[in-house]
Amino acid sequence: MNIKKLFAVLSSTVLCGMMLAGCAGGAGGGTNPTNAPADPGTAETPAASVSDGLIKVGIINNDPNESGYRTANDKDLKAAFSKENGYDASFAYSLKNDEQITAAQKFIQDEVDYLLLSAADTAGWDGVLKDAQNAGVKVILFDRTIDADESLYEASIVSDMEKEGETAVNWLKDQNLDKYEVIHIQGVMGTAAQKGRSGALTEAAAADSDKWNIVAEQTAEWNAEKAQQIVQSVIDSGKTFNVIYAENDDMAKGAVAALDKANISHGVGKDVIVMGFDCNKWALEELLNQNWNYDGQCNPFQSEYIREVIDKLQKGEALDQKTIIMNEKGFDAKTITQEDVDNYGI
Amino acid sequence: MRDGAVLEMHGIYKTFPGVKALQNVDFTLRRSEIHALMGENGAGKSTLIKVLTGVHIKDGGDIFISGHDKPVQIHSPQEAQKLGISTVYQEISLCPNLSVAENIFLERSQGLFVNWKNVNRQAQELLDSLGIAVDATQQLGSCSIAVQQMVAIARAVDMDCSVLILDEPTSSLDESEVEKLFVLMRKLKKDGVGIIFVTHFLDQVYEVCDRITVLRDGQLVGEYEIESLPRVQLVSKMLGKELDDMADIKGETSDKPVRRGSPVYEGRGLCSSEGISPFDFKIYSGEVNGFTGLLGSGRSECVRTIFGADKVTGGDVMMDGQPVKITSPREAMKNGIAYLPEDRKRDGIVGDLSVKDNIILAMQVKQGFFKPISKAKAVEYANEYIRLLDIKTASVNTPIKSLSGGNQQKCILARWLLTHPKYLILDEPTRGIDVGTKVDIQKLVLKLASEGMSITFISSETDEMLRTCSRLLVMRDRKLVGELKGDQLTQTAVMNTIAGGEKNAKK
Amino acid sequence: MPKNKLSDLWGTISRNQILIPVAALLLLAFFNLLADPTFFRIYLNQNANGDPVLSGNLISIIDSGSELAILALGMTLVTAASGGQDISVGAAIAISGSVLLRVLCGADSRSEEMQAPIIVAFLIACVVSMLFGAFNGALVAYFKIQPMVATLILFTAGRSIAAWINNNELPIVKDPSFGVFGNYIPGIPIPTPFLIAILCFVVTWAVMKFTTLGLYVQSVGINEKTSRLNGLNPELIKLMTYVLLGLCVAVAALIKVSRISTINYSVVAKDIEMDAILAVALGGNALSGGKFNMAASVLGAYVIQFLTTTLYKFEVNATALPAYKAVVVIILVVMSAPTVREKLTALTKKLRSSAAQNT
Repeated sequence: MNIKKLFAVLSSTVLCGMMLAGCAGGAGGGTNPTNAPADPGTAETPAASVSDGLIKVGIINNDPNESGYRTANDKDLKAAFSKENGYDASFAYSLKNDEQITAAQKFIQDEVDYLLLSAADTAGWDGVLKDAQNAGVKVILFDRTIDADESLYEASIVSDMEKEGETAVNWLKDQNLDKYEVIHIQGVMGTAAQKGRSGALTEAAAADSDKWNIVAEQTAEWNAEKAQQIVQSVIDSGKTFNVIYAENDDMAKGAVAALDKANISHGVGKDVIVMGFDCNKWALEELLNQNWNYDGQCNPFQSEYIREVIDKLQKGEALDQKTIIMNEKGFDAKTITQEDVDNYGI
Repeated sequence: MRDGAVLEMHGIYKTFPGVKALQNVDFTLRRSEIHALMGENGAGKSTLIKVLTGVHIKDGGDIFISGHDKPVQIHSPQEAQKLGISTVYQEISLCPNLSVAENIFLERSQGLFVNWKNVNRQAQELLDSLGIAVDATQQLGSCSIAVQQMVAIARAVDMDCSVLILDEPTSSLDESEVEKLFVLMRKLKKDGVGIIFVTHFLDQVYEVCDRITVLRDGQLVGEYEIESLPRVQLVSKMLGKELDDMADIKGETSDKPVRRGSPVYEGRGLCSSEGISPFDFKIYSGEVNGFTGLLGSGRSECVRTIFGADKVTGGDVMMDGQPVKITSPREAMKNGIAYLPEDRKRDGIVGDLSVKDNIILAMQVKQGFFKPISKAKAVEYANEYIRLLDIKTASVNTPIKSLSGGNQQKCILARWLLTHPKYLILDEPTRGIDVGTKVDIQKLVLKLASEGMSITFISSETDEMLRTCSRLLVMRDRKLVGELKGDQLTQTAVMNTIAGGEKNAKK
Repeated sequence: MPKNKLSDLWGTISRNQILIPVAALLLLAFFNLLADPTFFRIYLNQNANGDPVLSGNLISIIDSGSELAILALGMTLVTAASGGQDISVGAAIAISGSVLLRVLCGADSRSEEMQAPIIVAFLIACVVSMLFGAFNGALVAYFKIQPMVATLILFTAGRSIAAWINNNELPIVKDPSFGVFGNYIPGIPIPTPFLIAILCFVVTWAVMKFTTLGLYVQSVGINEKTSRLNGLNPELIKLMTYVLLGLCVAVAALIKVSRISTINYSVVAKDIEMDAILAVALGGNALSGGKFNMAASVLGAYVIQFLTTTLYKFEVNATALPAYKAVVVIILVVMSAPTVREKLTALTKKLRSSAAQNT
């Protein structure tokens, strides 16, 4: 009986594992197969150079299914570190720190030239990074920082969430409203994105409390329907507001659904200003259609920064600084173009 | 308190919604006596015990315990325990997966750390002193029911009890096991314990008890010395009417059914996953037959095979001369077979459901998923059988688990009668129920048979089977070893067949 | 005499398990009435398309609580039959919603027109959802795995499967006709989710009335052995409850994705499984299975939404929100625990009898 149960659990786990594997395989979406043989168009590249001239990189990332941001991030990396571009890249995905560390150890054994790391957790990396250093593997952090000595890695390429918030709030200040009545919809409390994007707004409201008033401040946990309920609740209680500051696009969308229901106009030149983050393609289209007013970027396209660092290191040049903060844009509905949507939408 | 009394209860009242369970009941237990508490189902025996053990709180009356000058208040089983009142229930409430020693000391482990060596030794000493032949380190579940029962008693006794309550301890024991239990009870009695013995077996009462208290409908009928109360009078006091004991049953048995045509049910080479040797079996319309044998001889397994309750591994079945396939209860039911299982609590009742739902369950399943019985119809059916079988329940919506054992059994019987079966299998329908209901059930069996129903009847009490069955199939060691009918139907013949040829001389 | 009748009536009510969610609802309503009576205001206005819509907190509650109420129907059955809960319903909604959008959008996640009729997409989503339900049910019924452990598999893998169905893209349905399931049918001012929920209740009621599902499920949940001996197939019945829950999941998923015409597989219906289980518990149903009361579970679901809306309304600090919810939930669940209920009944009885003695 027990054996039967055990078998059942095992077989389900295997099945489940297969499903997951299926997802990971599908994540590339066929657009950028990494280790696939070169297609006929680039077949002229001599086969011999494939093994010799390539820079070997091991990339440890979070699960691309985690979010649209991560999917875009993964796609970008796969596109950039292709054989055509002179790289031999291997990928490992996990949302768990210990699994990531195991993957890192494997990459070190495989003698990669560069280890690119987006850590699940900030702690626990010292040991493996020292191993990397001893083995001569150069480590570049992207997207997330870790609690380790700076000497253990070459560079850290990060988004500055505080800056994202500041850019957005500065844009809002530039709108020169007589009065700011803001509904502030927060992400999952305590996350870096939530803290950074909330910070600037809270600061601005505190600094000029005559003009700025936070009508409601609540977490919708990145969830569209919760955001809809929160805005609905504000509308039901009869309060007035003229700005919706949602910390991601989904929540902005949920908020807009509540506005539509109550026939409150929103967008360029309308009653309520709608602000979102992350620059999803569909969100930028909303800007293009003048339904929303602003969308702040959280840049998932780190590959060009990483390649720049690798190029410099290959040439033996010194880096100007260890921590490289990426440029992040904020889009205004009044100035956004179709080109922006195509280039920056994720 | 009276001299020599360890427990006195005066004017006890207890009311449940819609039922006056106890009214002004007195009860006295002396030191060093075995005191039978008798009454039909629903007479108030269980309630009185539960009041005494703190499961129910009495609504009125006083309880005195020797050594306490004031009336005591018992609010919980733990408090009863502290006052020296220990109980062993009908259904053994020990943990089968723990060892004997662990079970004995379960509730009294001092602190977090236990010296198992000590515990095992103490347990063994206790068991030895009580003459219970079992190894204290053995897992309880691997012991026979009788030993488990005795371990439960040992555990109760070990808590320094002056009052020991045994609630139907013998209902699942065979004769030799009962004898062992009685030895233990007599020993405890000699040690000064007062024992309250609740049972339905009159023989056992007269064998081991000193005095009898009879309850009826929640009221005290009287307290009697055993010598002054002949058996027939005891029964009539319990029933509240003069009854010529079993006389009228015998009268009905005389017109034995006639066999004609093909059998209603005929099985050849039946066997199941429960490991009984293949057996042949048939029953005719209007016939009552039975399987007999010691506990564990395979009599229940035989009828479970017939009903498809266990995994059927072989055999051919004909019903009314037509070959049919019966490998599941559903198929058996479709072919008009009904089965009242041995273990009422585990296999019979659906505890939380109402009396009504329990009664209509089988019929509903037969009728099908898309043809629910309407509420009105269900109430009608339930009431019909409540009246017919004299089921004592507050209403049709009462959960069946709150009924007494005999009334639960009647509900299960009602469930199957409602399906109008051609062939009814009753496995131990009279176990653990009072004598009045036993008589009722036996009468009902004969009445149904006279109306043409075929019935297989199993009982641990050979008397009952001899009274009702016209043919007995004897089982020994999971084998069908003999068939008795006509003049062969005597106690001695049954015993001899059960015991086997080589022991023919005995008894 | 009339007093007697009244107390009899009180006795019947106090024994009925639906009392708990009703009491909780009244308690919340009373609190809101004291704090701010405008909470109950309902008004009629127009939405952005010029259609009449009702709004107000009460409308928000019946609107937003509908998915939960629909899930509570299935969860009640699963709980009753298998004595355990399905913790994968949130992930299953992500899968079902993704399938729905995948069929509607076809290969192009941003297509302007729907590639298939909504009904076809919905039926396919139903089938997929019921298959996943059957997967859970088979593990529970035939392999005898603890329901929570069995459904843990889908709970873990579900959102990844959902992501894979749409190639990690977030498809959007642009056709406004898809939005009616999560918003309003033009001309009808009552939110569609509530209408769908009502439809589900009616169907459930009819199923309970015209089939023996209720009796079978309870019987299997209380005593499997007896049920088998009475001709039932306990495994099949357990499996069936999981498949039915799958159907509820598909309906809830339709509402969820229709509300915003898209899906975010990683956060859609997050933690809804816990709320659904809570709804069953608030309804006074034993989580160990057996007897159940469907109406009580549904009320339980709306109580949870009532609580959420109340907390939003009073602008409880975002970080403290879960704590407030937890406190209220603990009180409600303790109140609905059978032992506490028995104690309360005994207490009221005692109070009543002492009152009777005094007069």
